[in-house]
Amino acid sequence: MDNHGSYKSLINIWILLMFLTVVTVGAAQFDFGVWNVPIALIVASVKAGVVALHFMHLKHEDGLTWVFASYPLFLLFLLIAFTVTDMFSRVVN
Amino acid sequence: MGFFDVTSKVLKSIAYPSEMVPSIDTEDDGHHHFDHETEHSGAKLGMWLFLATELLLFGGLFAAYAIYRAKYPDMFQHGSQNLNVVLGTVNTVILIFSSLTVAIAVKAIQENRIKLVKIMLWITIICAAIFAVNKYFEYSYKFNLGIFPGTDIFYSIYFAATGVHMLHVFIGMAVLGVLLRKVYKGKYSKDNYTAIEIGGLYWHLVDLIWIYLFPLLYLVG
Amino acid sequence: MSQEQEKNYLENGEGFASWFFTVDHKRIGIMYLWAIGVFFIIAAIASFLVRFEHLTPGQTIISAHTYNVLFTLHGSMMVFLFIVPGVAASFGNFLIPLMIGAKDVIFPKLNLYSFWLYLFGAAVFMIALAAPADTGWTFYTPYSIESGANVILITFGIFILGFSSILTGINFIVTMHKLRAPGMTWDRLPLFCWAAYATSLLQVLATPVVGITLLLLIGERYFGLGFFDPARGGDPVLFQHFFWFYSHPAVYIMILPAMGIISEVMPVFSRKPIFGYKAIAYASLAIALISFLVWGHHMFVSGQSKLINVIFSVITYAVAVPTAIKVFNWLWTLYKGSIELSTAMLYSLAFIFLFTIGGLTGLFLGALAADVHLHDTYFVVAHMHYVMIGGTVFGFFAALHFWYPKMWGRMFDEFKAKIAFVLIFIGFNVIFFPQFILGTLGMPRRYFNYAPEFQSLHQLSTYGTWIGAAGFILMLWTLMRPLPGKAPGNPYRSLSLEWSMDSPPGTFNFDEIPTITEPVYNYGTKIEEES
Repeated sequence: MDNHGSYKSLINIWILLMFLTVVTVGAAQFDFGVWNVPIALIVASVKAGVVALHFMHLKHEDGLTWVFASYPLFLLFLLIAFTVTDMFSRVVN
Repeated sequence: MGFFDVTSKVLKSIAYPSEMVPSIDTEDDGHHHFDHETEHSGAKLGMWLFLATELLLFGGLFAAYAIYRAKYPDMFQHGSQNLNVVLGTVNTVILIFSSLTVAIAVKAIQENRIKLVKIMLWITIICAAIFAVNKYFEYSYKFNLGIFPGTDIFYSIYFAATGVHMLHVFIGMAVLGVLLRKVYKGKYSKDNYTAIEIGGLYWHLVDLIWIYLFPLLYLVG
Repeated sequence: MSQEQEKNYLENGEGFASWFFTVDHKRIGIMYLWAIGVFFIIAAIASFLVRFEHLTPGQTIISAHTYNVLFTLHGSMMVFLFIVPGVAASFGNFLIPLMIGAKDVIFPKLNLYSFWLYLFGAAVFMIALAAPADTGWTFYTPYSIESGANVILITFGIFILGFSSILTGINFIVTMHKLRAPGMTWDRLPLFCWAAYATSLLQVLATPVVGITLLLLIGERYFGLGFFDPARGGDPVLFQHFFWFYSHPAVYIMILPAMGIISEVMPVFSRKPIFGYKAIAYASLAIALISFLVWGHHMFVSGQSKLINVIFSVITYAVAVPTAIKVFNWLWTLYKGSIELSTAMLYSLAFIFLFTIGGLTGLFLGALAADVHLHDTYFVVAHMHYVMIGGTVFGFFAALHFWYPKMWGRMFDEFKAKIAFVLIFIGFNVIFFPQFILGTLGMPRRYFNYAPEFQSLHQLSTYGTWIGAAGFILMLWTLMRPLPGKAPGNPYRSLSLEWSMDSPPGTFNFDEIPTITEPVYNYGTKIEEES
């Protein structure tokens, strides 16, 4: 593997992350109504994905690591989904 | 063994675990009973599992955020606008840069470029320190305005989330500091760098959490 | 044993330091065993006093505040210092490397740190007793915010204990992935290991949520954060959601290792392969996965919405299925087996019977209409103790007897042990069966006082504690006074790896890592005859 290429690719990833940070702040200047939160989360998730795949080398890890890295996200989703459902389906008499 | 003997031995063994060698511990190269590849992949898997626990720890905070933001959209918008976006953005840039430097450090040790490892780890730690100082300014500013955890739910979330995150920044700094010290002692090489790799993974998680916290707290509305 | 292992693990190294700074998984397991034993006894004494108090309505021997403190102490100490860490940390630590053919766990030093964290958490927990909590082990808000007790200290102690559990869980999972002996494929792994794996998944994934919950509780008390306070815009039910998101999987952390023990004991004393190995293995994983989806069944009357009530109730019925599969498989293992009623087998058979009662009564509670009447009554208390004592503790006692020769290199008096079993079995049922009736009649839990018509059932339940205590003391006495002479390597003719070396094992377990070629439960088959 070409050494320079690999350090270079790390720096390229960093440049991509800087660009996405600009997008994050830039997008916040506009009002997309109900899409505000989803857009913010999507941009953040792209950044997080880039950090995980490239800086944390998840791209090169085995399937087991992928399972252990992603299953907690599902559990997190469960926790938020069920508690939010409860909070907003209560009927106040 | 007296109480203080035991306590000091415990503290030393945590700081220098490989030097704590009870007579029945090891049998071959002073470390483990199994081959290097198993040790390396095992340590990585263990760290990813630990990162999963950290994700779920912050998960409770994200859940509280989701619920209360949905319940009090105006309070969150108002509170967010009172946060210093410039400082928040600067901190984001600093953390992402520190992720780059620690990733370079991991690559460098794989190539025995010890000097580069040292420089990169120093920069990472300094970035973390700058992050901490920025947050100190942010918090002091709020306290001077009479805004504390408990002032309202938004600020409670803000202080709780950034506070727990800050705790992890400090832990990360300590971990990186210990690694740096050992690099100076010549403990790591391209044949033995697992600790740096998994320490790096921990630092990346600190960055990852902030990547979500920043827009959710500073950029609402 | 080879030259380097002339001494077994108990003899290799003497003195406090050689134990306190050990990285030998067997010694760490034994230290956990002693520690959890001590806390079990303290917490049991607390419950003994609680039951004594209930001999008469109103005050019998203690004040109402002391009563609240005692049931809180009993619950929190039993949950966080005995049963959640307990079986996994003690027997799991001792057995897993032996069962998979490894010389130790993959992170031996981390294992020791887990134990030190356990002790540290326990110490903080005990210090909190200076102004003991009276909130119940569930620490519900708002009372846990308002109470003048050392709530912050005790919850911080539990937070540290959580760390210990997480690190042990990580250790077990990675060990089982990386250190299995050559030829030990997943379908040749002993079922105790499958159970420990599922338990570890829960430890790793669920514990952090109670960690943040307790941190938020501390934040609420110290800073007035307001997440759980309606006056500040918060919601006390949110605490319950966060708390039970962990605490429901926690009850499976409590039972899965005990089920693993039963799966090991049954084939040995039926001289038959376990029925449905794969089903039991997958059922353990299924329980671990589904357990995250049902936490709201602890909150049916808390004020959460009807919609979420229905969702949780339906999924709760699903979680019973894998457990039932296991029960049927154990029973079918007995069929046409050659049954030996050793003490361990007696505890295991009792487990199946008592745990089934506990499990079925859980289904009553999972039904919304029934739960409206039964929630927070003695019915719930009886249900939980049938599964936790009738289940986990009986499994734990089975393990104490079954692996006794392996751990200590001695044999114990089976006759006395069986008498102790009979006393414990009778005592347990006399304590808790009347409580089902008390609950359906409407007696609330955690109440100091009660209406006079409940007295005779309360008294009957208390008499049970005396019978049970006598049995427990006899059991301890029997186990502390082993028979003279060294135990054979494999007194029960078991085929799993931990029995293949001397009793007790040498420090590094195996002189040479074995290669596995057969499934583990080949009892009564040609292969066993040939070996």
